Amino acid sequence: LSAVQILITLDALHKMNVDSCVSYITSLQCKDGSFTGDRVSGEVDTRFTFCAVATLSLLNRINDTINLDSAVQFIHRSSNFDGGFGVRPDSESHSGQVYCALGTLALLGRLSEVDGDQLGWWLCERQLPSGGLNGRPQKLPDVCYSWWVLSSLSIINRVHWISKNKLVEYILACQDIETGGIADRPGDWPDPFHTLFGLAGLSLL
Amino acid sequence: MSGSGSGDGEEFVGWEEKPKPYIFYKDRPEWSDVQPVPQNDGPNPVVCIAYTPKFQDVYDYFRAIVHRNERSSRALKLTEDAAILNPANYTVWAYRRSIINDLKSDLDEELKLSTKMVFEHPKNYQIWFHRMAIIDWLKDPGDELSFIASVLELDSKNYHAWQHRQWLIRKFNLWEGELEFVSSLIDRDIRNNSAWNQRYFVISNFKDINSTDIVESEVEYSLNKIRLTPNNESPWNYLRGILQSQCLYKNTSLRAALDTMVNNNICSPFLEEFRVDIIEEQLEDGIGNKDELLDVAKDILDNLSNTLDTIRVNYWNYRLKKINRQYSNAADVE
Repeated sequence: LSAVQILITLDALHKMNVDSCVSYITSLQCKDGSFTGDRVSGEVDTRFTFCAVATLSLLNRINDTINLDSAVQFIHRSSNFDGGFGVRPDSESHSGQVYCALGTLALLGRLSEVDGDQLGWWLCERQLPSGGLNGRPQKLPDVCYSWWVLSSLSIINRVHWISKNKLVEYILACQDIETGGIADRPGDWPDPFHTLFGLAGLSLL
Repeated sequence: MSGSGSGDGEEFVGWEEKPKPYIFYKDRPEWSDVQPVPQNDGPNPVVCIAYTPKFQDVYDYFRAIVHRNERSSRALKLTEDAAILNPANYTVWAYRRSIINDLKSDLDEELKLSTKMVFEHPKNYQIWFHRMAIIDWLKDPGDELSFIASVLELDSKNYHAWQHRQWLIRKFNLWEGELEFVSSLIDRDIRNNSAWNQRYFVISNFKDINSTDIVESEVEYSLNKIRLTPNNESPWNYLRGILQSQCLYKNTSLRAALDTMVNNNICSPFLEEFRVDIIEEQLEDGIGNKDELLDVAKDILDNLSNTLDTIRVNYWNYRLKKINRQYSNAADVE
């Protein structure tokens, strides 16, 4: 996914063999609709479903390649009693996985199959008094969830369910004054990962 | 208990002896038959990783053995060095498994290596996946449940550990005793959402989530925990999950328990939201006095927006608009 996104960003997609990339991705789908991350391991994760669907969408090859219905069914089986989504069936709901599930459903035009109110509520409950967002109930906030949670809310048109001002306050507090980069939490060392997601979160507000 | 795992340190052999110096693969006579394969970063690499010489050397030889399709015991040792230097390299782990498979290596020894690496890198996907593969081959859960418990001692919310545990339980039918394990973890940390998730996993798969007795006892369990920590999201979510196929307003003991909390001035947005959910159910089924119910709902939601949970004011406003839109007379809607 990252490779394709970079090529598209640099207007260089034509340099890639799209057909073989598509057949590689298609080969990663399992019988139950889930996706593995590679051909040699066999690890299954809703992240891989999202990566597969997003890549194929970017390449305009989402139809007539993978089995869309079974991919969606796997996403639904990964949903939990609290409305969230986990890595696989039974796994605890996690904001990152919610993003992957919603992203997949949105790209496949199947968002109506999700209870937006319930999921939106679970997502907006990620906001803590500090303004920061966490990934699971009772965990610490982390700037990267500004992206995973916010983009999920954005997909279901409920970004306004969190307090914008408080989140902005939190993200800016995570910016390191000396280097300018953004850290996971105020006072920690910044890194490119959290800088990217802090900025991405701000861009949605 | 964190090792860097990628240190270039020398092998420790005891306080008395000098540590054996590390020898690069390119300097080892027993590897002289192998031509190392450098990483091909292309003609104009950007953002190159600053590999250490040791790292480069190990991986040059790893690439070489993969190219030669060599699956020997020296290759096995090489993959161990490569995995220690970059535990996230799934190619290395997969190749290691193919060697183990070919050589029919000692899986118990492999499990020991896995244990060491889990404690050094408890959140590494590849290490946990490798462990699952080994146990799958062993076809025996052994002491795995207590191993996972010991990982959870260090981090009771380790997502990988919980997932591994779920896999193990399903695979080897180890449901017996899990509910007690979950309860003990909740006793230790009532806010451990992972433990609550596991509770749902056990109740919905091993017990009968549709049985009245089970539901009642789980509701009672949840309420007891809620009374201890009314602002704890986990038991409230769990309670909702247990009752998802049920009619909330018909559950008189639940309603009595919630009323008692209200009368005892328990301040909890989760309690208040639950009350609104019950009211919405009643409105939907046409139970009770519509106007009175709407008034109560409005009071609760106003309280949430203005005082109790102001950070989510827009969500509470949405709930209020929704309930009015659905059940108010047209004239009352804003």
